Amino acid sequence: MSTYSYFPGCSLEKMALSYNQSALQTTKAVGVELQELEDWNCCGATSYFHVDELLAYTMVSRNLAMAEKAGHDLVAPCSACYKNAYFTNAYLKEDEDLADHINYALEQDDLKFSGDIQVKHLMEVFAEDVGYEALKETVSHPLKGLRVAPYYGCQIVRPKKDDEDVENPRFFEDLMTSIGADPVDFAYRLRCCGGSLLITSRDAAFRLILELLQNVEQSEADVIATACPLCQTNLECYQRQINQEYGTNFKIPVLYFTQLIGLSLGIPTKKLGIGSEFVNAERIVTYAKEPA
Amino acid sequence: MVTKPTFSQEVANLLHASHGEPLDTCIQCGTCSGTCPVADFMDYTPRRLIGMINADMKEEVMESNTFWYCASCFHCTVRCPSKIDIAGLMYALKRYSIWKHQYAEDAVGPVFSETFVKSILRSGRSYEPVLAPSYIFSYGVREFLNEAHTATNLMLKGRLPVLPPRIKRLENFKKVANRIIPMEGGK
Repeated sequence: MSTYSYFPGCSLEKMALSYNQSALQTTKAVGVELQELEDWNCCGATSYFHVDELLAYTMVSRNLAMAEKAGHDLVAPCSACYKNAYFTNAYLKEDEDLADHINYALEQDDLKFSGDIQVKHLMEVFAEDVGYEALKETVSHPLKGLRVAPYYGCQIVRPKKDDEDVENPRFFEDLMTSIGADPVDFAYRLRCCGGSLLITSRDAAFRLILELLQNVEQSEADVIATACPLCQTNLECYQRQINQEYGTNFKIPVLYFTQLIGLSLGIPTKKLGIGSEFVNAERIVTYAKEPA
Repeated sequence: MVTKPTFSQEVANLLHASHGEPLDTCIQCGTCSGTCPVADFMDYTPRRLIGMINADMKEEVMESNTFWYCASCFHCTVRCPSKIDIAGLMYALKRYSIWKHQYAEDAVGPVFSETFVKSILRSGRSYEPVLAPSYIFSYGVREFLNEAHTATNLMLKGRLPVLPPRIKRLENFKKVANRIIPMEGGK
């Protein structure tokens, strides 16, 4: 059984509580242990990097150093937290002076960054560590006939890391296939949901959300699957406002990929946090059936 | 006598942690502008903005809304044939504009970002309700009511925190920050 230090991030404490619940339930079911990092702090989102870069790296490093102390690789379910942790880890490993400066600050909390752990997105844990085949074997309620739009968004694949395929990733589709669902093709699967523009430049964010929902609707997907709390909130909680603004009539459920995996493993909906959506997802639940 | 750096040199200096190529390698191909999903909301497209920086058109660049419209999706960055980290550049311009306290009058971004940072330094974690005043007053009546409706729904669904979260070793956390940016009361 593999064990990870788990960095839920601020959104998963409340706004995306269902992501947290389903992440913990599903990993447990496939033999992965997520140990919540003790006393973690905010990763800085994008805002911190707008104001002060050095302080932003320091805040992220505190979490990295705590994971090192625990002796496990760090897993983040939120794409923004993941991106910040991944790249801070990489930069500090390359830049000894920067690491020294930050370690001088971390002394105040009895911590030290040494760069000896890896940072992973929660989806990587399922795709690479558990693996598609092993996951498929544990599926008891395949989501047969469910048309899923696997929405990558941005920071799970960008900026580019090593030699990954940033133009045509397939890991999300493959993951959905292994739980018995049908991933649909849609052009905007890698396009931005608007992120925090929803707050700072509403006009732009609303149009991005509108175009994404239109694109998903054309693909005739039953549900959008996400791997980021900000994508989920923008695409789901703002559907009503989008409908008002543009006279549309969207009613597309948006679930976390872990909620869909959970359904396929036969985990009760309540334990997966299903029921806290703005757009009712009951119809999606009915796809999870034991094969006759 | 020390020569004053040009605007393009100043911006380049702010890109120290970015691993991209320098801005003067830009071939003005426009892949960034074609890729950017919000380019038509911007005063100048990313391609044009880079051209303007390289031409030292400081005032026009700083008065533009372009970089505050960047959502950090990094699509331009991964596609740039000259390997310029364009999203990284937008971050640098945001920092430059906050540092110089120079931005478009109606920009919500700078105030929101600063409020966000202050709130984290206070408690260690982010908390939506304290962030709201930094942007809600820029909304019109209809937007305000819509937003209030969404917030009420979030609360009813148990998705909005009632109490601000706080990390346990907050004092240590503040001391760590103080070693990077010394503040009042810090050691």
